[in-house]
Amino acid sequence: AKPYEKAVDGGLLPDANGKEPNPGGQTEGSKWQRPRLSRKSLMKCCLVKWIIASTTQQGPDSSDSDLELSMVRHQPEGLEQLQAQTQFTRKELQSLYRGFKNECPSGLVDEETFKSIYSQFFPQGDATTYAHFLFNAFDMDRNGSIRFEDFVLGLSVLLRGSVTEKLRWAFNLYDINKDGYITKEEMMAIMTSIYDMMGRYTLPSVRDDSPGEHVEKFFQKMDRNRDGVVTIDEFIETCQKDENIMASMQLFENVI
Amino acid sequence: MAAGVATWLPFARAAAVGWLPLAKKTMPKPPVDNSSRSDEILYLNVSGVRFQTWKNTLDRYPDTLLGSSEKEFFFNEDTEEYFFDRDHEMFRHILNFYRTGKLHYPRHECIQAFDEELAFYGIVPEIIGDCCMEEYRDRKKENQERLAEDTEANESMDAPLPPDSTPRERLWRAFENPHTSTMALVFYYVTGFFIAVSVIANVVETVPCRPPEGRIKDLPCGEKYQLAFFCMDTACVLIFTFEYLMRLFAAPSRCKFMRSVMSVIDVVAIMPYYIGLVMPENEDVSGAFVTLRVFRVFRIFKFSRHSQGLRILGYTLKSCASELGFLLFSLTMAIIIFATVMFYAEKGTKGSTFTSIPASFWYTIVTMTTLGYGDMVPNTIAGKIFGSICSLSGVLVIALPVPVIVSNFSRIYHQNQRADKRRAQQKVRLARIRMAKKGTTNAFLQYKEDRALGGRDSDSTALCVKNRSAFEHQHHHLLHCLEKTTNHEFTDEMTYSELCMTESVGFRTSRSTSLSSQQGAQNNPTGCCPRRARRRAAMRLANSTASVSRGSVQELDTLHIKTTSIPPQTRSSLNAQADDLKLNCGEQDFTAAIISIPTPPANTPDESLPPSPAPIPGILRNTRATAFTHETVKISSL
Repeated sequence: AKPYEKAVDGGLLPDANGKEPNPGGQTEGSKWQRPRLSRKSLMKCCLVKWIIASTTQQGPDSSDSDLELSMVRHQPEGLEQLQAQTQFTRKELQSLYRGFKNECPSGLVDEETFKSIYSQFFPQGDATTYAHFLFNAFDMDRNGSIRFEDFVLGLSVLLRGSVTEKLRWAFNLYDINKDGYITKEEMMAIMTSIYDMMGRYTLPSVRDDSPGEHVEKFFQKMDRNRDGVVTIDEFIETCQKDENIMASMQLFENVI
Repeated sequence: MAAGVATWLPFARAAAVGWLPLAKKTMPKPPVDNSSRSDEILYLNVSGVRFQTWKNTLDRYPDTLLGSSEKEFFFNEDTEEYFFDRDHEMFRHILNFYRTGKLHYPRHECIQAFDEELAFYGIVPEIIGDCCMEEYRDRKKENQERLAEDTEANESMDAPLPPDSTPRERLWRAFENPHTSTMALVFYYVTGFFIAVSVIANVVETVPCRPPEGRIKDLPCGEKYQLAFFCMDTACVLIFTFEYLMRLFAAPSRCKFMRSVMSVIDVVAIMPYYIGLVMPENEDVSGAFVTLRVFRVFRIFKFSRHSQGLRILGYTLKSCASELGFLLFSLTMAIIIFATVMFYAEKGTKGSTFTSIPASFWYTIVTMTTLGYGDMVPNTIAGKIFGSICSLSGVLVIALPVPVIVSNFSRIYHQNQRADKRRAQQKVRLARIRMAKKGTTNAFLQYKEDRALGGRDSDSTALCVKNRSAFEHQHHHLLHCLEKTTNHEFTDEMTYSELCMTESVGFRTSRSTSLSSQQGAQNNPTGCCPRRARRRAAMRLANSTASVSRGSVQELDTLHIKTTSIPPQTRSSLNAQADDLKLNCGEQDFTAAIISIPTPPANTPDESLPPSPAPIPGILRNTRATAFTHETVKISSL
């Protein structure tokens, strides 16, 4: 079931019929009438509007109303559904949601917040670019924010999934435009962002061609048919043949 | 790191799977986490109010008390909860900090209480959220200022003179704090009187008096009674000069003194007289001399040494310098603007008084301050319009900085009031502390007496034992141990001072052998009591054998001793110094002098001291004397 979204705002609530109220507007069936020097028409006069605008505090009010309309709240799917979709136990899901909700009371993580959170783990370098890629990897329906379901589904794959699923997830991360192929440019972007996270003070220091060199090695290893792109099958096959990679896949299982 | 970071760490770690296919080297092994995986609810009992929270919540801040293993010290196995004997209202804020990551400061709480709670729970105050940080800082600064004033007030004025101050220092002190000695006070009032006399003379000498015979025009009194005024002026100037020179001599830093405001005022007040003496009766110069006499009015500022209110006013103006500067600047701007406008508005009119822009300045000032003398009045319509705008804006501009100055003055004035009140409070508090100490000492002496009484009079001891708490028992035992350690005894002030009074008679007694030798070396001619001790010893010769000589004379009130130069002395050593001793009670400032306390012979064969041939058994306090009467020797009877 799709999660429903409640638009909560203090101002214009849709009434029971779903019709939006018309603030200050004219009722239906209005014909053009001669402008009379009534209070209403005076108020519409530009000069008067300008005077009133400059004397009253209108700025914050208008932005407030904008804010209220856009502040949506998201409730996740039920616990049972999530249990079915992921490999987490009920208690684990409860614990995860409590932490998530505490950090993001609105139930959604937008990209800026995500970047700032992720950057805190890598203080020496600049983690924003990689966080951007990571965000896109989690945000499966590409709506610009991570909901709890995305979060938990991603974590389920990473922590409880099979090796193939994890490799698929990694491929999805590297494939920036999600077209099924990893090009050299995409890999270069990913690699640069990873090296960016290291920052300036490293031993040996990160040279300008370090990411490029790393990309070359990657392609040499992964790109079987030397066509300049890495497909998902090439990727999975190569990784399964590499014992180091296979062994390291078990590393993070105990994180939660 | 913030709370959120700890929550997101597992996620960041999981996302590291994305690096695995790219890794150049093998990954390290992850840390083994032995802690229980499942989250549990902890119970925190704070003075009876039960709080419950997830363990994870507390683990967010591992360097605080609740987040670390330190809380295990407070775990109560019986009730399976963590018990804290602290304020539960403030605990609410602490716990909210764990939950939300933001620490708030409750405005109605005392800042020090809050700080103490934070210190207890190991939370650094710097993480208070922005919403409450300003309030917290303001209150903290205010509190610190108040405490600083406290210590300052303590040290500055009422501290007694160090005994080795030179006459110069004493003189300076007399000048700065007139209430310390009578002479200073007298001098203070005399100078005040002469300042008043001088100022009045300056004023009166310009009043027109009836002309003497032969003249029609009224003369100012100054010229009629020229000699009288001159003599008065001379006298005043002499006094002021003398005072100034004395201050200059006594000042600890002459350069600083000469640069201070008061000294400048002093100089300015007396210079005209001397210049007038020196100046020849030259026509040209005497005009200048007349202007110099104006400076004589500065003598009135000398009153600021005598009046605290004036000083406060001066200090306020100094501290509001920026506001005053702003006022002046904005006024100047407005004056120039309006003067220019008025000048050009009134330029055409015939017979206009606005002859130039500077001439219009006068009009603008008079109008902006709403004085409105009416000597310059605009006649044109434009002039009148601008004139009215000028007067309205004048009110506004002047009204703006004034409240700031007023609030500054009020704050400083109240600070001063507080300082005075605090001084009075300190005195009361010190008196109370003294009384409390005396009470403790008396209680301790009581305890010893009762211990000595011991089995002899079980009823009475049982009674008084009941009235004492376990704390007191232990405290007394502790003091007793100290006595045994140092081989001296506590006593109280009264008896000690009485002994000092009756010091005059001194006669030797036989030296005790063992103890004297070591301590004899440390003799110190400040104990007056040895003589008394010797007297007692003489009186007690009859009863020598049984009673154990205990302790010796010393000054041991560790709480309140001011001079520390008196090492403890045994009675015997004091005996030894009989000749060197002089009555020196005045120098010591104790609240409890120490006099040896004898014990009844039967009960306590007091261990440490071998019976000296010259025991001093007199009990030197006139408190309970139930079983002791035959042995007590009241000091007054000596």
